[in-house]
Amino acid sequence: MFEAKRHQMPAARNSSKSVVVLMVLVCVAARARTQERQIRVAAASDLQTVMPHIAKTFAELTQTAVDVSYGSSGNLFAQIQNGAPFDLFFSADDEFPAKLIQAGLAEPRSATVYGVGSLVLWMPADAKCDPQAAGWNCLLSAAVAKVAIANPAHAPYGRAAVAALQAAHVYDQVHTKLVLGENISQAAQFVQSGNAQAGILASSQVRSAAMSNGKQWEVPQDNYPPIEQTVVVLKAAKEKTAAQDLVKFVTAGPGRTVLEQFGFRPPPAAIAPTERHK
Amino acid sequence: MEALWLSIRLACCVAAILVLVGMPLAYWIARTKWRGKFLVESVVALPLVLPPTVLGFYLLMAMGSRGPLGKFWIGLFGHTLAFTFTGLVVASALYSLPFAVQPLLTAFEGVDERLLDAAAVLGAGRWRTFRDVLLPLSFRGVITAGVLSFAHTLGEFGVVLMVGGNIAGVTRTVSIDIYDHVQSLEYREANQMATVLLLVSFTVLATIYGLHRRIWSPWSTR
Repeated sequence: MFEAKRHQMPAARNSSKSVVVLMVLVCVAARARTQERQIRVAAASDLQTVMPHIAKTFAELTQTAVDVSYGSSGNLFAQIQNGAPFDLFFSADDEFPAKLIQAGLAEPRSATVYGVGSLVLWMPADAKCDPQAAGWNCLLSAAVAKVAIANPAHAPYGRAAVAALQAAHVYDQVHTKLVLGENISQAAQFVQSGNAQAGILASSQVRSAAMSNGKQWEVPQDNYPPIEQTVVVLKAAKEKTAAQDLVKFVTAGPGRTVLEQFGFRPPPAAIAPTERHK
Repeated sequence: MEALWLSIRLACCVAAILVLVGMPLAYWIARTKWRGKFLVESVVALPLVLPPTVLGFYLLMAMGSRGPLGKFWIGLFGHTLAFTFTGLVVASALYSLPFAVQPLLTAFEGVDERLLDAAAVLGAGRWRTFRDVLLPLSFRGVITAGVLSFAHTLGEFGVVLMVGGNIAGVTRTVSIDIYDHVQSLEYREANQMATVLLLVSFTVLATIYGLHRRIWSPWSTR
């Protein structure tokens, strides 16, 4: 039966040959290289709303393309430890950058706090409870079955959320309701899609168009340790000058304004975090 | 170990459901003369091609309080389907569907149609023909369908990551647990769990393929 088919269909054999040739060609085709200067940035997920604006403005001013990869800070930290080819690391805390410096993977003097993040309790617009009025009590109601946070094992905002729940003495009642996003963006997406009824998120996220219509309550800052988001230039950086330029751009230049628009408070004092960790 | 046990429970549930659902589906595909059957075959094979993110994304949208499945489920049980064990079973069953249907289909199609005709001529009804003729002759396919759905669910990661919510004992499967350990740089723990999973997977496959060969090979029609 197979024999008969093979003799009947020379056309099919020819076309299958050309399909194979096409696949091989596509496989070996090189990606078109741009001539532009390019830096690779690893950025914590809470920056997903603000980084595109910063990258765009920076690219316009300096003709440098900024290629951003997002993830939880712990996730990116692990990738950098294993040789990921980034020039800069924007963490959502000061500990991961300090650890990179200790491990000799980041430039010791480059660590700079670029903004202090804040936690927001976010609920969809149709939620019965108003967190502005009721605060943490919203999480105790039976209507809230799931509360999304980032995974505290490797996301600083997850750690801050747990700390805040503990400080407010509601952790024991709420911890069975917690669902963990792989990073803070996934936590946001869990609530935004209506699968969880509340989320403890970053204030930079709830300023995005998709989330601005929800009910939100800024968690009191004394409920959790300050989220001092720190950037470091990596030792393996290919474009060190450009990387340093971007650091200046976000700490002192026009990037500073963009960060503030997205709810980042300016660093308390210009102390390098590595000094304090010693 | 909690995570491993959870994964095994999940894989067993999914395999059982898929064999039960897969049999009538594969039977229908194998026997129907409908011209549009290639469309159904394509839908069944979709999870082979689609990335888990596509399935995870659609499931998350459907399961949410505004999604059709979510509304239906809240009406029945008062809570959403995402972040529950049942939700994972539904997601994994969809994701592993082709791994059950393909071997069943191959087995059903391999059965000599004259035997089925003979059974019918001798007065056996559809159900009896299915139970007493088709099923024994395709037993290899049924076992393979079960084993493959079990193994595929045990090793599943992407869909669980997207709709699970990483709750210990409920949705933190062994693959998620290993990922968390790697992210937290706990390589020793990650290695322990990974080794256990590797051994469990290999043992399950080897046992079943081994048994399968010795016991069922004389029954084989091929």
